[in-house]
Amino acid sequence: MSHLSSPNLRQQAIDLLKDLDPRQATLKAKDRIRIPAQDMPTQDPAIRRRNIQEVAEGYFPEQARVEAMRCLQCRNAPCVEGCPVRIDIPGFIRAIAENNFAGAVEIIRRNSLLPAVCGRVCPQETQCQAECTVGKSLKDINQAVMIGRLERFVADWEREQHGVRLPPIKPDTGRKVAVIGSGPASITVAADVRREGHAVTVFEAFHRPGGVLLYGIPEFRLPKKIVEMEINALKTMGVEIRTNFVVGRTRKLMDLMVKDGYDAVFVGTGAGLPKFMNIEGENLVGVFSANEYLTRANLMRAYAVGQADTPIFRGRRVAVLGGGNVAMDSARTAVRLGAEEVHLIYRRTEVEMPARVEEVAHAKEEGVIFHFLENAQRILGNDYGVVTSIECLRYELGAPDESGRRRPVELKGSEFILPMDAVIVAIGNESNPLIRQTTDGLKTNKWGNIVVDDTGKTSIDRVYAGGDIVLGAATVILAMGEGRRAAASINAQLAASP
Amino acid sequence: MHEIVSKEILTDDVYRLRVRAPLIAEERRPGQFVIVQLEEEYGERIPLTIADADSREGTITLIFQAVGKTTHQLGDLKVGESIQSILGPLGKPTHIEKFGTVVCVGGGIGTAPLHPIVQGMKAAGNRLIVILGARTQKLIILEREMRALADEFILCTDDGSAGRKGLVTDPLKEICGRTPKPDLAVAIGPPIMMKFCAEATRPFGVPTVVSLNTIMVDGTGMCGGCRVTVGKKTQFVCVDGPEFDGHQVDFDNMMKRLKAYKSHEDEAHHKCHMETQADLLKEGRA
Ligand SMILES: Cc1cc2nc3c(=O)[nH]c(=O)nc-3n(C[C@H](O)[C@H](O)[C@H](O)COP(=O)(O)OP(=O)(O)OC[C@H]3O[C@@H](n4cnc5c(N)ncnc54)[C@H](O)[C@@H]3O)c2cc1C
Ligand code: SF4
Ligand code: FES
Repeated sequence: MSHLSSPNLRQQAIDLLKDLDPRQATLKAKDRIRIPAQDMPTQDPAIRRRNIQEVAEGYFPEQARVEAMRCLQCRNAPCVEGCPVRIDIPGFIRAIAENNFAGAVEIIRRNSLLPAVCGRVCPQETQCQAECTVGKSLKDINQAVMIGRLERFVADWEREQHGVRLPPIKPDTGRKVAVIGSGPASITVAADVRREGHAVTVFEAFHRPGGVLLYGIPEFRLPKKIVEMEINALKTMGVEIRTNFVVGRTRKLMDLMVKDGYDAVFVGTGAGLPKFMNIEGENLVGVFSANEYLTRANLMRAYAVGQADTPIFRGRRVAVLGGGNVAMDSARTAVRLGAEEVHLIYRRTEVEMPARVEEVAHAKEEGVIFHFLENAQRILGNDYGVVTSIECLRYELGAPDESGRRRPVELKGSEFILPMDAVIVAIGNESNPLIRQTTDGLKTNKWGNIVVDDTGKTSIDRVYAGGDIVLGAATVILAMGEGRRAAASINAQLAASP
Repeated sequence: MHEIVSKEILTDDVYRLRVRAPLIAEERRPGQFVIVQLEEEYGERIPLTIADADSREGTITLIFQAVGKTTHQLGDLKVGESIQSILGPLGKPTHIEKFGTVVCVGGGIGTAPLHPIVQGMKAAGNRLIVILGARTQKLIILEREMRALADEFILCTDDGSAGRKGLVTDPLKEICGRTPKPDLAVAIGPPIMMKFCAEATRPFGVPTVVSLNTIMVDGTGMCGGCRVTVGKKTQFVCVDGPEFDGHQVDFDNMMKRLKAYKSHEDEAHHKCHMETQADLLKEGRA
């Protein structure tokens, strides 16, 4: 796909709108389906490879309106079924088509607290857009109504117009709730519980709040300014945020209730334990978990050479092992840090890759070299214990496994060597064990995830949990949805116990 | 913000700071450490051991050597000034019980983290033999405090300027050869010293605990940057440690990993930093 400049995209939309706007009300389904899907304006790949600014620049208002006119307003709204938090998608899209952006945001906000974030990072192509009638009729999911881009557009519009809007807050109840972690699950709980007039304290281990939104997902995909504005909104609502506070060590979870008098606790500590491959050479110098690599780059700002005190390893030839969003973010960060070649190595094929389609496309445009049906089986080093190469093996797809995905089978004797000087292991995260190890009676499953009932309550009275610590590494929208549910239960519990 | 309550220069570039951190002072146990960050925008996060704490006055004591940018800045702070963030207490506390005779070896600035462990072991009713070593007399720290706690005290310097001339492993071997042999050894110092202490006790079958100070970022088990190989398994020093069975630790791999950022020396700015990370450990630990 060649890169179209933003002014071009805007002009095309302006021309289309001139024709469509006057006859909007009378557009038939077949007319709507013929409207071309609006491309996202992006930074030129050759330029963005060397900067950390956001790649996708967001729709122009004219583009948003044209895209919104593609929606058929299906009565059964299959897209809503695909949305984990059941946003009224046709409702907000119609408002955009009618040039009522404020109305659109209001509809989204009924179900989602973080539209500017979710519009950017949700895997729409497996959620709402996967179900969209337009995409289905055109037999191409990439032609579905671009629901995520529209969501992002109105959220950004709102922020630029008014800043983040604050919900009304009920009078103080004298109750207080502790929220552990500050990722999307915790942000949601803090806002929803505070709204009811309860005092809320957020405890975060890092020096800056935001969870994965801050330390994991890079600036070029989710500007930190957006996360900071959400956090500032919490502060303005009167939520207290205590950073550099690791629950389980600085204070035990139960002590928050017993010694410090919190009436309820929400655990939103995420899936912050990096998985390694357990292969030879994994502890050589130059091998990093994606978490370490991304944290150094994002949270510690190692990209700001000359300013940041935290160093980052600058490989010339970098291998990234994995195929999810974490792998894509690592590979694209390595590109921006000046690597000459970045190789992404994935065991299955492109179809099975769990990363967002848009990120894969962007990574390709930026020159990341994809290796499918290959996997590292050994990392080799020199006398100084520094990585020099990886040994890979080729695979083919065999019979489907329980999950229905075809299982990769190794091809015996297909070993080959790729010279590398850095390796980033991005095969996922498990749950951090600290809370589990320091809280008696907290039930977890065999993967170490906290077990909750359908109200979000854990095995301990007045202790709730949600997000990745319950689901395993999942998504922002699911974390938010779980936060909503737990907050509702906490509010109900506090209301019921005078 | 953590106010500095007192400051002392122990030797040339080794400082002792008492800083206000009431929650950490209340919860900390021997063997634990904190992560310090002077400035949250661009500052790095460095691990420092808690050398002592006073929960009534709400302070912790940090002893460190100024070897890199952050530790130099830390050393330049004055009483009344503050450190922006201190996270902790981190790591598993030392396993303290009545073992019988415990021999504790401190090398260079490794004596600082050893101090609370010696205090704890003493309080648990152990007989304590303390061996302190340094390159030269003026680099010895906490001698008075250690003498007061030890039942038997041995000092070694490489140049013979104080105590015995030679390495700490010499007296350690002699002590392990006694009957009855000591029940436990604890060695904290530069990695190379800990490695040779573990080699010294191994033939005698004396269990040996070492405390590792690797490069760290978060200190909560999130990044794996601190990982070491212990008995063929990968362990995270910040959450599984910092103390491990010295006979199982792959010190050679650990020492190589400590030099991870050495090859980036051309980035002049980071030069200072790398010296913090690597030389600190060559010299001892902060
Ligand atoms: C690199 C990367 C890219 C991703 N890309 C996407 C994407 O494109 N789309 C998508 O939907 N999802 C993506 N995800 C997944 C998504 O970010 C997570 O599912 C989501 O952030 C989980 O939210 P959470 O609130 O459960 O926890 P987190 O966001 O993980 O936040 C947990 C917070 O708790 C803190 N914490 C942990 N333990 C303690 C403790 N004991 N005391 C105090 N604080 C503690 C942590 O420091 C952290 O800040 C990505 C994840 C990563 C790592
Ligand atoms: S399925 Fe597609 S076309 Fe139908 S309402 Fe939803 S977004 Fe509009
Ligand atoms: S310092 Fe990050 S896991 Fe130990």
